Amino acid sequence: MTLGGMALGRLAVIPALAVAALAVAVMSACGGESPAATVESTARVADAAAAVSPGGLILYVGRSESLAGPIIEQFAELTGIDAEVKYGGTAELAATLLEEGDRSPADVFFAQDPGGLGAVEGMFAPLPASILERVPEWARSPDGRWVGVSGRARTLVYSTAALSEDDLPDDVWELAEPRWKGRIGWAPTNASFQAMVTAMRAVWGEDRTREWLEAMQANDPVVYPKNTPQVAAAAAGEIDVGMVNHYYLFRFLAEEGDSFPARNYHFRAGGPGAVVMVAGAGILETSSNRDNAEKFVDFMLSQAAQQYFAGQTFEYPLVEGIETSELLVPLDEVSRPDVLPRDMADLEGTVRLLQETGALP
Amino acid sequence: MALGELAGSRARVFAGSRGRGSRPPLVLLMPAALVGAAVLLPVAYLALRSLEAGAEAWDLLLRPRTFAILARSLLLAAAVTAASAAIAAPLAWLTVRTDLPLRGLWSALTALPLVIPSYLGAFLMVTVIGPKGLLQGWLEPLGVERLPSIYGFAGAWLILTLLSYPYVLLPVRAALARMEPGLEETSRCLGRDAWQTFRMVTLPLLRPAIAAGSLLVALYTLSDFGAVSLLRFETFTWAIYVQYGSFARDAAAVLSLMLAALALGILALEAWTRGRSRYHATDAGGRRPPAAVRLGRWRWPALAFCAAVVALALAMPTGLLAYWVVRGLAAGETMPLLWSRMWNSLFVSGVAAVVTVAAALPVAALAVRYPGRISRTLERVGYVGFALPGIAVALALVFLGVRYVTPLYQTLALLVFAYVALFLPAALGSVRASLLQVSPALEEAARGLGASPLRALYSVTMPLARSGALAGGALVFLLVMKELPATLILSPIGFETLATSIWGAANDAFFSRAAVEGLLLMLASSVPMAFLALRSEVRER
Repeated sequence: MTLGGMALGRLAVIPALAVAALAVAVMSACGGESPAATVESTARVADAAAAVSPGGLILYVGRSESLAGPIIEQFAELTGIDAEVKYGGTAELAATLLEEGDRSPADVFFAQDPGGLGAVEGMFAPLPASILERVPEWARSPDGRWVGVSGRARTLVYSTAALSEDDLPDDVWELAEPRWKGRIGWAPTNASFQAMVTAMRAVWGEDRTREWLEAMQANDPVVYPKNTPQVAAAAAGEIDVGMVNHYYLFRFLAEEGDSFPARNYHFRAGGPGAVVMVAGAGILETSSNRDNAEKFVDFMLSQAAQQYFAGQTFEYPLVEGIETSELLVPLDEVSRPDVLPRDMADLEGTVRLLQETGALP
Repeated sequence: MALGELAGSRARVFAGSRGRGSRPPLVLLMPAALVGAAVLLPVAYLALRSLEAGAEAWDLLLRPRTFAILARSLLLAAAVTAASAAIAAPLAWLTVRTDLPLRGLWSALTALPLVIPSYLGAFLMVTVIGPKGLLQGWLEPLGVERLPSIYGFAGAWLILTLLSYPYVLLPVRAALARMEPGLEETSRCLGRDAWQTFRMVTLPLLRPAIAAGSLLVALYTLSDFGAVSLLRFETFTWAIYVQYGSFARDAAAVLSLMLAALALGILALEAWTRGRSRYHATDAGGRRPPAAVRLGRWRWPALAFCAAVVALALAMPTGLLAYWVVRGLAAGETMPLLWSRMWNSLFVSGVAAVVTVAAALPVAALAVRYPGRISRTLERVGYVGFALPGIAVALALVFLGVRYVTPLYQTLALLVFAYVALFLPAALGSVRASLLQVSPALEEAARGLGASPLRALYSVTMPLARSGALAGGALVFLLVMKELPATLILSPIGFETLATSIWGAANDAFFSRAAVEGLLLMLASSVPMAFLALRSEVRER
């Protein structure tokens, strides 16, 4: 290497170092933001007490921003509350809350499934009766620590090219019959599927559920990681039926039009295969914005928010007097099994059963 | 004996007193030890959790099924690694050393599949080449009712290979670009033909780069969740995610720890194959561009090879994304373009790249210049994070961060720290490979002229290792652009990146939105790739 080259080489290190220094400076600036923000939010709470500023709120939302974002924005605009949101998977956020423990900065956890809510139930504060009593008993925590916001029904999605509704079984039990061998999709790692199995254990009992799982395994179900690919696979004809939540289909219809060759079927004889689960919210016991947190949960049960869930996300509203989307089978026509969240709490037992029958590793 | 090794033994004479066992200076040892300790934090946390875990969690570890899953993971890692090296080595040679038409374009395109997140890439590929995918639809008029199933081992192997061969491609390309042409020329002068020269000179000299890249592929395959879950191949990481999904955090910690142990085993294996060879040139080397190999009529098969790889790994997924955008527009879907997310992605990836390379430098320098037990341990420790599932590292940092560095919790500083812990090996491999090619004799000369060890390193070695540092930085940049679990869990509130919003949209079947952002992600990631490709072109001219 020539002397000139060496000098050039050294010169080129300088911008690199400058970038590094800048990065460190920026990072320490970002790092410094947090205490400043704490001071600010303390100030905000003081203001709120003086009824000047509505203050802030930190939300952990285990639902996608595409679904939950617009209604949270509406809440912020309406109340002036500065709602900051952390989006993520329900399981990941519940695990994060468990790791954070009593140091969690979160005020509210808005989860997609009862499993996620149940996992952190011990960290939630009791909700006031005025909030709890707006939804039916089956849609809220037995201890009054979380409340359902919208309903999600388990259904069978089927390929309209391969089957018509008359070909479909009355009850999820019948899917374990040999004639369905190789035609079924399921997602044993999915939280909603696991909730359905918990409902089976509550309705059928442990032994019959085990029997069903074993017979299903013998039927060679096609394993999917979650709901969306199952709906796509049913439409593509990769499977004839898939065990999913009801609302994914409507996203496909929105993207691909009515010719999309798959539809939902609610088991006509009901049973645990037609269980309705909730997405719901709870307030952290350690929340420093209790009032705003209650306002948020309250708003999620308001006419505006419930109508939003019914119309935009194709979920079932849980508050009386809201019209469901005309594309949906109305909730009172779904033969929902009579299970209470109390009976649905034992996720651990379900996972153990799934492992013992080989559905989970 | 290969000429490379011959050159090596000569240089060993130059190295003189600085052999094995000489004591590393503190200015190098301290920062390297600090980096090692820092990246070990998540592992230490997992170990503590495992110790507290009940008997049930440990029973899980000893079930026969756990071993079956472990064997499957290892098999997949080995197969993906072998296939990646087999694709990447010829691609690197073609795009660096030959007169391949449109070489610059192929350089940029062949590295790009790295920017596709595996959860998205696998979903796209299943949509196209699944048993009843789009391809089957096109073939239906020809009487094709169903394509062979891609689920299970074959699909996971194919798709992970297509998404991860660039881990080998990038370091090999960097090594080729700075290789001293004299050795190959000498070999040709001594009467060996082009193929013999490649096999006996070039390939042995490339071995550290191929090994460094292969190591990344193997460890990445162990830690991948997105592709294996969609392709239904039950691996160890998949089992760990299942445990986290049912909130069995102790069991997840035990399994993660086992994965870390497995990674250490793979590292030991790699070190064993590395042997005692040395690879540095006898002078500063590499500044004189080698003559491009004329491909002649081999040009066409070479072009077909590049085109096939790019078509499968890049054009197929991006084409489908573009189709989703068009279909979404036609159906009247709204697709908000959120530039702030793109900026967030670029910013945090850039910062993480610079910090990670800076952290890799002392560790790599120590490992190369002062080989010994300490430096070897530090280097291996640096690799463990890459084999761990992102969620395990992220949750460990949640626990530690919120308790012990509260002001930093949910700030970019902690997020960048997580990226360093996860992706240090990506920088370490490249930096190490380039340092290996710098002769210690040059440093000796600087020392002889009165420079301190640090100054010699800084003003002689570092400039020569720059291409490795840049390649490593680019790799980290791309990895951070698409990283998901740590970003979701550790990012500051309200800080969203392209990766997090693609995941959210794809999860709830907002395909056109996911597609727009997926395309943006690839576009943004191709900037540093293009820069790297262009830079080597300019230098070679």
